[in-house]
Amino acid sequence: MSDQTEAAAAAASDTAPERRLNMIEAINEALDIMLARDPDVIIMGEDVGYFGGVFRATAGLQARHGKTRVFDTPISECGIIGVAVGMGAYGLRPVPEIQFADYIYPGLDQLISEAARLRYRSAGDFIAPLTVRSPFGGGIFGGQTHSQSPEAIFTHVSGLKTVIPSTPHDAKGLLIAAIEDNDPVIFFEPKRIYNGPFTGFYDKPVEPWKKHADSVVPEGYYRIPLGKARIVRAGEAMTVLTYGTMVHVAEAVCTAKGVDAEIIDLRTLVPLDIEAIEASVEKTGRCMIVHEATRTSGFGAELSALVTERCFYHLEAPVERVTGFDTPYPHSLEWAYFPGPIRIGDAIDKLLSE
Amino acid sequence: MADPADPANQPAPAGEGNRPALALHVPEPNYRPGDTVDFSDIAIGTAGAQPRPDESAHPSQMGELAYSLIRVLGDDDQAHGPWNPRLDPETLRQMLGHMAMVRAFDERMFRGQRQGKTSFYMKCTGEEATSIAPAMALASDDMVFPSYRQQGILIARGYPLLDMINQIYSNKADKLKGRQLPIMYSSRDHSFFSISGNLATQTPQAVGWAMASAIKGDSRIAATWVGEGSTAEGDFHSACTFAAVYNAPVILNIVNNQWAISSFSGFAGAERTTFAARGLGYGIAALRVDGNDALACFAAAQWAANRARANHGPTLIEYFTYRAEGHSTSDDPSGYRSAQEREEWPLGDPVTRLKAHLIAIGEWDEQRHAGMDLECAELVKATTKEAEKNGILGHGLHHPFHTMFEDVYEELPWHLEEQADQAIRERIAKFGTERPFG
Repeated sequence: MSDQTEAAAAAASDTAPERRLNMIEAINEALDIMLARDPDVIIMGEDVGYFGGVFRATAGLQARHGKTRVFDTPISECGIIGVAVGMGAYGLRPVPEIQFADYIYPGLDQLISEAARLRYRSAGDFIAPLTVRSPFGGGIFGGQTHSQSPEAIFTHVSGLKTVIPSTPHDAKGLLIAAIEDNDPVIFFEPKRIYNGPFTGFYDKPVEPWKKHADSVVPEGYYRIPLGKARIVRAGEAMTVLTYGTMVHVAEAVCTAKGVDAEIIDLRTLVPLDIEAIEASVEKTGRCMIVHEATRTSGFGAELSALVTERCFYHLEAPVERVTGFDTPYPHSLEWAYFPGPIRIGDAIDKLLSE
Repeated sequence: MADPADPANQPAPAGEGNRPALALHVPEPNYRPGDTVDFSDIAIGTAGAQPRPDESAHPSQMGELAYSLIRVLGDDDQAHGPWNPRLDPETLRQMLGHMAMVRAFDERMFRGQRQGKTSFYMKCTGEEATSIAPAMALASDDMVFPSYRQQGILIARGYPLLDMINQIYSNKADKLKGRQLPIMYSSRDHSFFSISGNLATQTPQAVGWAMASAIKGDSRIAATWVGEGSTAEGDFHSACTFAAVYNAPVILNIVNNQWAISSFSGFAGAERTTFAARGLGYGIAALRVDGNDALACFAAAQWAANRARANHGPTLIEYFTYRAEGHSTSDDPSGYRSAQEREEWPLGDPVTRLKAHLIAIGEWDEQRHAGMDLECAELVKATTKEAEKNGILGHGLHHPFHTMFEDVYEELPWHLEEQADQAIRERIAKFGTERPFG
């Protein structure tokens, strides 16, 4: 499935001059490369054309590839996804952008009942090779309609893949793999870390990506296989399962507390890298799950169940879940909602005291 | 007796001064079971009277065609006016043959469901012309995105009856591996998109396919069919918006058969305006057609196809017809509408009308027609027997068990492998073997 692995990409980057990109630049580069490599790739969405997207992810792409390859759409997520399914049936490889994940719901029927099941219901006669890109997550004072993390809605649907990068390097390689994948992929981009790896200490100055090792992005084409987790750092005391923005928050808290945690960035929620999870939990015997999304029926519940079912006899303590609260995402009380250093720190203390 | 629900008979709510009480309008069809039906209020118009604009006409210049009814076949069984497609007798006989075949097929499959050979069936009786005539007007490689009542397209495109029946029986030869409800066909080879079962989802997909064809500089166009009831779905309106915005080479067909299960067309807005008129608000060319007049259906589809192919953009066509039978095998129409409606329907029956036309022009006769009907019935019967060798629903002859887990993704992920193993363990626990039926 993967013709070029991370190792190969890393090797390539050894010879190329070191370039540092933020996540938006990395995504833009992935899209640019795929538009150039594959004439069937098209990009559409609200404001993605001439203007280049409200987060600038598609900046310059229409000028470079033409307006029948990169174009604006009506404000209709149902239409955007529905049209993309039809384009996929024709043989194109559409990469629609939903401007905010919070806006994706009018397109849900087209994703859940159509794109996700088209291969199955037609016994392979038709496929829906879409990659739906969408900025998600909070921490930008976006209020309840620009901050949500609805990934669990999609991980619950058979036939969809859900991918969430946490670094510029991964964003590029995962997005290329998603676009080349023949199944529909939901590609959620943690918008809080578009410009820098947010640590959760919201009252401290923001670090830009340029100071982070994973902002080194090789030039040209490379892919990171879907379904393969990344060990952010190895450790013995506990396993942290997380993704997106929370990778950086969890890492910062573990560092601040001096905990020898093994942090796993899942990168793909479905298909899930269960081997990496089992290997780590069997080694550490303790597991903390961190996500920004609401708690009840969140993806953390699935992870907790899997760890309990499969690693029960290795566990020294009950699995800890650190999540957003089961409320709409508030505006003024954003940091009270956000699963930040205090909530994560408490969970670590509890996990290690058992 | 005063209706207590009538707001006029209720005391005004306190504290609202002398403002009149508001009243909610809930549509009600004219006729319910047992009622005498009088359709004389339906404006029919004279066959041949409608003008045929140039295929490049601006929608605003042809607005009247969204409110009247394009008709070709007159009461004298002759073809009239500028919409007469002037088809040769052989093509007309072919069209009649497809319609007769669909009717024979529907009869047999409906009976098969009643005999317990499958779970579900849907006839298209009375609506045959709305799929067969447009299918014949399109090129065979134009892509169609049908709803669930367009079996006529498959028949017109020569899809094997045996494959249709295997799908309906969900048996071991079903090309869709027994995964779909009966009649939800799919055939890429026949440019026939997989039928969903969710309503109106196919409409923006058809627009997307047409946009893709235009992006690629292809010459093929797309067409989609939706019931009048489902035009209330947001998908339909998204489809219209995208079709208009990108001038997509697509034909949006609305089959207005008056009934959506038990809800009459008033619940989709028919009390206020026509369904064709929906197109005008989007700036889409709109035609309203006698859906029981196969020649008018052909002519409208041909006009729209020519328009799309010449880059003049989308057309919305309302086929005004009548669903002569129940929605599906799962409902009994005598429970919600007057049985007289079918008899009184002022546009007649599409098969009868085309047959009468062929006889009137000296190209057909009763004897040949009876012979054709018999031939259709016998072919369907023989093919049914052939299909039954591959099994009927619930009798064990289905696709291998593991296929249940395939095609969810291109490759089987670990969790589906595990679940497939579990399913096979359960199977062996019950039958002692994975393949109890061979």
